[in-house]
Amino acid sequence: MSFYGLVDGSQASLKKYLAALSGVDQTGADARAAMLATRSIKITSKRWAIDTAISMVDLTTLEGADTPGKVQALCAKAVRPDPTDSSVPSVGAVCVYNDMVAVARKHLDLIGGAHVGVAAVSTAFPSGRASMPVKIQDTQDALDAGASEIDMVIDRGAFLSGDYIGVFNEIVQIRELCGSRAHLKVIFETGELVTYDNVRKASFLAMAAGADFIKTSTGKVAPAATAPVVLVMLEAVRDFYQMTQTRIGVKPAGGIRNTKDAIKQLVLVNETAGPEWLTPALFRIGASALLNDLLMQRMKLDDGYYASPQYVTID
Amino acid sequence: METPVSFDYAPAPESRSLVSIKPKYGHFIGGKFVAGSKHFPTINPATEEVLSQIALAGKADVDAAVKAARKAYTSTWSKMSGKERGKYLFRIARIMQERAREFAVLETLDNGKPIRESRDVDVPLAAAHFFYHAGWADKLEFAGLGTSTKPHGVAGQIIPWNFPLLMLAWKVAPALATGNTVVLKPAESTSLTALLFAEVCQLAELPAGVVNIVTGDGSTGALIVNHPGIDKIAFTGSTEVGKIIARAIAPTHKSVTLELGGKAANIIFEDAAIDEAIEGIVDGIFFNQGHVCCAGSRLILQENIADEVLTKLKKRMAQIRVGDPMDKNTDLGAINSKEQLLKIRELSASGDAEGAQRWSAPCDLPAKGYWFAPTIFTGVTQSHRIVREEIFGPVLSVLTFRTPREAIDKANNTPFGLSAGIWSEKGSRILWASQQLRAGVIWANTFNKFDPTSPFGGYKESGWGREGGRHGLSAYLKGVGHE
Repeated sequence: MSFYGLVDGSQASLKKYLAALSGVDQTGADARAAMLATRSIKITSKRWAIDTAISMVDLTTLEGADTPGKVQALCAKAVRPDPTDSSVPSVGAVCVYNDMVAVARKHLDLIGGAHVGVAAVSTAFPSGRASMPVKIQDTQDALDAGASEIDMVIDRGAFLSGDYIGVFNEIVQIRELCGSRAHLKVIFETGELVTYDNVRKASFLAMAAGADFIKTSTGKVAPAATAPVVLVMLEAVRDFYQMTQTRIGVKPAGGIRNTKDAIKQLVLVNETAGPEWLTPALFRIGASALLNDLLMQRMKLDDGYYASPQYVTID
Repeated sequence: METPVSFDYAPAPESRSLVSIKPKYGHFIGGKFVAGSKHFPTINPATEEVLSQIALAGKADVDAAVKAARKAYTSTWSKMSGKERGKYLFRIARIMQERAREFAVLETLDNGKPIRESRDVDVPLAAAHFFYHAGWADKLEFAGLGTSTKPHGVAGQIIPWNFPLLMLAWKVAPALATGNTVVLKPAESTSLTALLFAEVCQLAELPAGVVNIVTGDGSTGALIVNHPGIDKIAFTGSTEVGKIIARAIAPTHKSVTLELGGKAANIIFEDAAIDEAIEGIVDGIFFNQGHVCCAGSRLILQENIADEVLTKLKKRMAQIRVGDPMDKNTDLGAINSKEQLLKIRELSASGDAEGAQRWSAPCDLPAKGYWFAPTIFTGVTQSHRIVREEIFGPVLSVLTFRTPREAIDKANNTPFGLSAGIWSEKGSRILWASQQLRAGVIWANTFNKFDPTSPFGGYKESGWGREGGRHGLSAYLKGVGHE
């Protein structure tokens, strides 16, 4: 693999590549994210933002209690978020554990949702604490079952102990496994990396290793997709594009529960990475409860009042 | 991949109906609004619409205001305990907060600054200054300024048009907390929030004459400066006028504080956090259209990162949303007056004439009103006028340096010394540079941050004395230090 000519796969070259990154000033990043949160998105731009956000949702269920029935219901919701209004777009993908991938793929195809992807969380999600052969088998299972997107977690322990080449090599191996069959999203669990310097470093590491997307969190650790963390990742993909002419996607996941939060994310994208990233091909939002709030806000734009939650389907 | 889309933000205007502007205003003297004799228009610089007629105070008006202030000082305010004075200041602060939206809208209409800034910066900070100084009113003996301090008496205060309400708060709050009474003159182009503040004084039942507001131009200011009944002058404005004031009061008993011009260096070292530094450069020079005395108007960049920083800066500048100040998404509003716009144009033209390269962000400027696109000049040297003189507009001059010593020498090579910025991730470098820079306020890894607890003021031609914090109190007290 060429790694965009940025590193040669050796520890020394990776170290040099990461050392050249500029730092992130936490106070400044927080202030910039807070300023962008003041953008006021109204009327026509709000309608556009809601539909765009719906099309970017990775509708997620990652519970020990997931059953085929629950996953099938999720698929139905993903294809037709509002059964009473066919102008509502489908979501970007459904996101499940690897044993539910086959169920999801089959049901989506059955109900006219061939265009909706199936993302599988992988590599011993959420902790990433397993041997490499187990992580490879985990991913292989998901691919064999028809996953079109793999959401792998990095080994945060390795990252925090300074074993960047170890983290890099894991991503490279999963990338090779995915080949052209699946998009690779790399989850950092930013709540465990803690500093913005780490987030920036992890972003550049994952992008060079072949990530198609960089993703904030598993949804199992708080804080998750905070606005400044997403800002730092969007700056990273913007800078990486300057270096390589390749656009890497960003997926915030965890803690984005309402329309206001989702629109703030779109503003961050628009004014950081740029409008080229405002597509489900380059920006996804990992969420579950968010979708219904988007639907209720959409109805409100049409009807002028907030409907009861009973007017949207629970799954 | 799908076709890239553009996320155009629909107009999001704040409601103008939050304020009612009278067709004509008088002065606020002795707790009452009194009619003026002559008037001049105040306009909205974003639309050139006449908002109201403002009274031009002459000698009789200023005499009446000084008389009312003296009477209030002698009969009421100087006799009142600090605890009681503090209550009034707290009350004023609370009313300002309650009416914050109204103040913000009025400020934006009269000044041209974006509503986001008047809402999030000017008005909350103005209230914060009253809250902060309210707390000092009964604790002056413990401010470390001595136990036998006394107020001056009547303070004459002349404030600029760039932060009309905030500068009023900077002046009035410490004066009242320390037991002085006030005759204040707002800038001629931005009197409206001061007149709304007069209503707040009435609502707070502040004793009559403690705060008097006379409106007018430089001639009114001169009457205040030269009035024998005034004990202390506080001025914020241009260095040129500051010098006139200093000469005028030199043979008198008056004390003075002057907060004047600046030409601040914003130094970016190679090890800076670049993305945040870009934001700091933008905040430094484009905040409030660059109408900021402490604006970071000289960008001093380490040469080995200059290309990267300038590429990112231009990209970021292209995103600045210029236009209707009342729109909540506007980042850069209108230039405050035609006169100021002409000054910015003239100085920018000198940059062209002296061989600097001008780059302006591509943006559609409204047809009416006074506008200037965010602009940078590269290829400038210490000898360019745009490096020496204060432009007071959204115009940044970019210089480069090779070594830290060179950065400091360039930064200090100016008659001004109000503020400076340092951007580095290396703590020792920040400490070293801040000791070398000759400026009253030095920001590290941030810019244009204000707080009532922090003293503000300049070296050299940037002014005399400090405002804010404990140091600011001393300017309103006799018997402090050398006096």
